[in-house]
Amino acid sequence: MSAEPIQALVDVGKGKTTRGVLRVIILALIAGASIASRLFSVIRFESIIHEFDPWFNFRATKYLVANGFYNFWDWFDDRTWHPLGRVTGGTLYPGLMVTSGAIYHALRTLTIPVDIRNVCVLLAPGFSGLTAIAAYLLTNEMTVHNSAGLLAAIFMGIAPGYISRSVAGSYDNEAIAIFLLVFTFYLWIKALKQGSMLWGALCALFYGYMVASWGGYAFITCLLPLHAFVLICMGRYSTRLYVSYTTWYALGTLASMQIPFVGFLPVKTSEHMPALGIFGFLQLLAFLDYVRSAIPSRQFQTFLWLFAGGTFAIGLAGLVVATSAGIIAPWSGRFYSLWDTGYAKIHIPIIASVSEHQPTAWPAFFFDLNMLVYLFPVGVYLCFQKLHDEHVFIIVYAVFGSYFAGVMVRLMLTLTPVVCIAGAIAVSSLLDTYLDARSPKPEEQVAESSEKKAPKSGLKSTDKPLVGIYGLWSKSAVVAAMGVYLLLFVMHCTWVTSNAYSSPSVVLASRMPDGSQHIIDDYREAYQWLRQNTKEDAKVMSWWDYGYQIGGMADRPTLVDNNTWNNTHIATVGKAMSSREEVSYPIMRQHEVDYVLVVFGGLLGYSGDDINKFLWMVRIAEGIWPDEVSERAFFTPRGEYKVDAEATETMKNSLMYKMSYYNFNNLFPPGQAIDRMRQARLPEVGPTLSTMEEAFTSENWIIRIYKVKDLDNLGRDHISAAAFDRGLKKKRAPKKKGPRVLRVD
Amino acid sequence: MAPKQRNTAAVAASAPSAPVTTVPIPTTTSTATTAAIKSSSSKQAASNTQAWDKVFNNITTHYLKTTPQRTKLLDAFMAFLVVVGALQFLYCVLAGNYPFNAFLSGFSATVGQFVLTASLRIQTTEANKKDFPAVSPERAFADYVVCSLILHFFCVNFIN
Repeated sequence: MSAEPIQALVDVGKGKTTRGVLRVIILALIAGASIASRLFSVIRFESIIHEFDPWFNFRATKYLVANGFYNFWDWFDDRTWHPLGRVTGGTLYPGLMVTSGAIYHALRTLTIPVDIRNVCVLLAPGFSGLTAIAAYLLTNEMTVHNSAGLLAAIFMGIAPGYISRSVAGSYDNEAIAIFLLVFTFYLWIKALKQGSMLWGALCALFYGYMVASWGGYAFITCLLPLHAFVLICMGRYSTRLYVSYTTWYALGTLASMQIPFVGFLPVKTSEHMPALGIFGFLQLLAFLDYVRSAIPSRQFQTFLWLFAGGTFAIGLAGLVVATSAGIIAPWSGRFYSLWDTGYAKIHIPIIASVSEHQPTAWPAFFFDLNMLVYLFPVGVYLCFQKLHDEHVFIIVYAVFGSYFAGVMVRLMLTLTPVVCIAGAIAVSSLLDTYLDARSPKPEEQVAESSEKKAPKSGLKSTDKPLVGIYGLWSKSAVVAAMGVYLLLFVMHCTWVTSNAYSSPSVVLASRMPDGSQHIIDDYREAYQWLRQNTKEDAKVMSWWDYGYQIGGMADRPTLVDNNTWNNTHIATVGKAMSSREEVSYPIMRQHEVDYVLVVFGGLLGYSGDDINKFLWMVRIAEGIWPDEVSERAFFTPRGEYKVDAEATETMKNSLMYKMSYYNFNNLFPPGQAIDRMRQARLPEVGPTLSTMEEAFTSENWIIRIYKVKDLDNLGRDHISAAAFDRGLKKKRAPKKKGPRVLRVD
Repeated sequence: MAPKQRNTAAVAASAPSAPVTTVPIPTTTSTATTAAIKSSSSKQAASNTQAWDKVFNNITTHYLKTTPQRTKLLDAFMAFLVVVGALQFLYCVLAGNYPFNAFLSGFSATVGQFVLTASLRIQTTEANKKDFPAVSPERAFADYVVCSLILHFFCVNFIN
């Protein structure tokens, strides 16, 4: 796909209009290809929302479509975070929902009957087509060769690093945010090149849209000032920089403050201060520039530069003082974890517990970017060769993007665009050099000077007439090799997309022994059970991962969900899960919990279950109640995390363990119960539950739902009541000990 | 960083006779800031008061000689904006920032309008012509109007 355009351009596209038409057709095809490659999951499974966060976005979108924009803006959601509730309208990034709501209404107006679910499912692929076009535009600002832009478009369209967050059904903020990111950068470069207020204002508007869509907007907020700062340090201050930057900052900051969730952050937090600092610095520079044009004295000029430095230092000192005095909020936890990867693990387990916040493993780079990994430095090197203002941008972006992508898996997303652009520049300059069929004959080559060859080739090394590759054989060999690499790249991308990124994770697929596909649909089975068999307002307690899904699919109130805004509340759930029944029961009663949902993979060998996440629950609970929950108590004396007979007493008595393995050994012959996930043989006698009863277990036991028992009719505590039911004789309590009370630890 | 017209006349005018100092100058804001900076670094100022005087005279003569009437109007507007912004800031410091929305949008309106006007001034200045090949003065003014509209829309929306 990616090699042909150049070929075609070289062969056919001699005339300007032909080239233009071809380019439009190729771009349309690229957009189509990038959409099509994201549809694996729809074809293989169905049109369904994926994973966790998208379920919330989907639910919010449905609310928006049903209740209108103003109600959405003021939405207070009492069905999450029971009993606290959540001011949803003020704590989300509304860009995604508003976008799909607008598309939905637009299509309705055009009398195209479309389901909101399908709009949501197909939003990400649709925007990926736009991203490819934005990458084309941005790359075209970097080089004179249009082929680079087309290559960047196709790279952007199919690079797995981007596909990972934008397959059909992955209805998340990143779905539109990456398009906005690339397009904002394009507008910024355009504004900087022309020094035009209008482009700056457009850049600010799209920046505002980006702020409305994704928390990652801070990346733009830091990158543009950094670019400006680097330009200034290189002595490249220009009036164009002043016009574009100040216009962007003045309008963009105001635009970002319109979002309730962002609010006053741009003037209060440290993340946004570099932008403000550079803004002030530019004012100063503009003035100095003016004065310099008025006064010829060189001595005075140095004085002024000293003043500029002094003011900058004073501003920085003021920032530090204001931060320490608490006027400006210090860097938030997520940002600390960007500098020190160990920080989150020690201080904020809730952040570290999310797998996408982990540092990137190196194979992930190759997996997500394939050959672009090694083309990327070449592209950056070529940028160094030209080094106009826009190339400086690519270099700065490359350095920062690489750093952040190395720190956090999720930020691979922000790196991907620059990798695609730099890779495309490298490939296109290579192909331009080698695809040039014209070559001077060896005799003339000596005689003729460089003027014939130089304008055609982009590489410096070909400026000299004697150096260069003119042999048809060597040319075709290199071009063929490159073509093979490009084909391999396409194959790799398709393979990765099909195998790694197209699973909805709500529906699992497995292979039967005969090779046919078997769908495991336990999640939806269980959520449907909840929806149909429980009261409308039955509170469901589960670990926060499943909060959004329960809200979206089962439509039942939850205690905690993926929003994770209240660490204490999550720790409460963690404590309930990791403590003994006697401790958990009062907690659950206090929170009016009716059902408890756990995910158990022991029967099927499903790795993402709650026992595997259990240590995070313990850690998060320990962060709040260090003397009641202790992580160490869940490890055997040898430091192993065991679920079999060797498991510690704390582990065996924890609610999570009991709920996971309750009745599990009945499936097997006595003594043969095996947890297939952890390859552990379970003790012969399974755990007993007295404060709750099993309500539902899905087909493959992935989801187990328990009903919390009401208080005992006879006023007994649940342990003795359960013991009585099992036919055990009540133990005579020694008289001197007094009445038994419910133990509250 | 195009080499600005290095005004040799200005050097000539810096001869001691220059009677310009008495003219009430519609100073650009930034002169005010440098003045502040100057006073802050008192020891340098003390040592070369003479030089500073000369420099100051140079700037004012250059300004008065080379600035067209329309640009002066822009400068007056910018000075006005600075005064308004300073007043708002003073109020915020003295009387507290209670309606923070209102303060922010008011202050950003002045700051934003100031930088937009400064951009317009830069783009319409003859000396900067070659920095902006794509921007004619008419285009600059149209841009200015559009940007100001956007700015004030946001401010009004934000003011509560």
